[in-house]
Amino acid sequence: MDFSNFLLMGQEIGLIVVFLILFSYDIIGSEKSKDRWFHWVACIEFAILTVWGFLPKPAGEAFGGMFVSSDLTVLMKNILNIATLIVFLQSYSWLNKENSLRRSEFFTITLVTLLGMYLMISAGNLMMLYIGMETASLPMACLAAFNKYKEKSAEAGVKYVLISALSSGIMLFGLSFLYGAMGSFYFSDLSVQVSGEPLTILGFVFFLGGLGFKLSLVPFHLWTADVYEGAPTSVTAYLSVVSKGAAAFALIFVLYKVFGGIEIVWQHILWWLSVITITLGNLFAIRQTNIKRFFAFSSISQAGYILLGIIAGNAQGMEATVYYVFVYLFSNLAAFGVISAVEHASGGKTSIAAYNGLYGTNPKLALLMTFAVFSLGGIPPFAGFFSKFLIFMAAGSAGMYVLLFIALLNTVISLYYYLLIVKAMFIKKGEIDAVKHFSSDVYNQISMLICLLGIFATGILWGVFSKLYF
Amino acid sequence: MIRLEYYLIISTLMFFIGIFGFITRKNMIAILISLELVLNAVEINFAAFNRFLYPHQLEGMFFTLFGIAITAAETAVALAIIINAYRSIGNININNLNRMKN
Repeated sequence: MDFSNFLLMGQEIGLIVVFLILFSYDIIGSEKSKDRWFHWVACIEFAILTVWGFLPKPAGEAFGGMFVSSDLTVLMKNILNIATLIVFLQSYSWLNKENSLRRSEFFTITLVTLLGMYLMISAGNLMMLYIGMETASLPMACLAAFNKYKEKSAEAGVKYVLISALSSGIMLFGLSFLYGAMGSFYFSDLSVQVSGEPLTILGFVFFLGGLGFKLSLVPFHLWTADVYEGAPTSVTAYLSVVSKGAAAFALIFVLYKVFGGIEIVWQHILWWLSVITITLGNLFAIRQTNIKRFFAFSSISQAGYILLGIIAGNAQGMEATVYYVFVYLFSNLAAFGVISAVEHASGGKTSIAAYNGLYGTNPKLALLMTFAVFSLGGIPPFAGFFSKFLIFMAAGSAGMYVLLFIALLNTVISLYYYLLIVKAMFIKKGEIDAVKHFSSDVYNQISMLICLLGIFATGILWGVFSKLYF
Repeated sequence: MIRLEYYLIISTLMFFIGIFGFITRKNMIAILISLELVLNAVEINFAAFNRFLYPHQLEGMFFTLFGIAITAAETAVALAIIINAYRSIGNININNLNRMKN
């Protein structure tokens, strides 16, 4: 056997090493030392993995084309790593105050889902993609049900696991027709043979349904709000950024590498999907009163914008999409950092009304939240503007001006509901039981600092990003 | 000899019966059984396509084997989570999972 194949799997092996170290520390270490050090060790180890990921990596194919590694896949995995690191930092209060006995489970399960996402991104074969997707989504259901004594969390777990199993069944049904039409699972064989014959298109539509679930595109979005609301806040952050980002990256590779030959077909489908995803996501976000549900619908509409980049079908679109996810990570996680801080300080409040008058009591948090929603809405000095601009440029380069116009209109709607939060924090007066002044734990402060830097720096530095990687 | 079409008809029927059951059943275990129907329909498809259209290779059969293993894992996780839900709501009727409706 040729062991040199494993050299290409550097990041996966690194992740498994981190997993094993944490797992054995959980078994060997005493309760007292774990209380004190476990979170610290986990964050430091994962930070080392993240930094190590940026070192140059070999590119190529391993295991007969099953596993593909290139500069782009390494970059995508690094983006997911950064997001996961921020989520780990944010989970400190939640894990150590409420769930200290099951602290290590959160880390190990999360790392396994991350491994599945790595495999999704690096897949060179549809079977590998499927296995990666299942490795990512099965433990994710356990994470959604992590607060197992809370009814909402149990409910979120049931909804996630049943719908994810159904969607993977639908995706597999599509894969079976693709196999029947073309007789192979390898991306390199499929890209040569793909044609517009009905069986292939039928298979493709079913297949897209499965991935659309992970991305929570609109006809497949019904689970999103409930699962996001019921799951613990750190898990919601992980779902909305890392899981969604990985699905977007996998969709890019499948569409460009496998179905590049029938671009006309999928551009039509994605056109409609992105229009209804952006519009419905925005319209439903307006009437939400729970902030986690609110960000669920906001993330649905963001997924529609991600599609806008994918739909262009060229290198510019790919660059714009990866950059969009990179910026979205910082903005959304900044918002979730504030949400988990407020939730923890107020004893579990997640309604938007709990944010009334936040500027008076906690001005720093209120400002960070404002920056985050401005960046999500795409207001100029923040990174979100640049990423939206690139996405629109990419859609324009493919000549989709009607789509571009609808998306621009939707940006205005989204500004309205993002400003509702800003209004609650700055203008409305807080109730008597409003959140008092508090300071969050050091880990969460670090995470919010990283997000703040990201919101400002990634926008200005997009030229550097583009030079380095594309 | 049984032709490929019959396998496909059976698997498509199973698939849509599964989807129908998933939508209409109220008992979570019954929903899980419907999911099994969906996934098994897919596995019939893979095996039949492999046997009839591409008999010189085994990719479809391997996919079937992997699919069975992953389906088993999925069922185990789903059952564990359903038991957890049972602890909190006291039964396994899906209609009672409505804490977050608004």
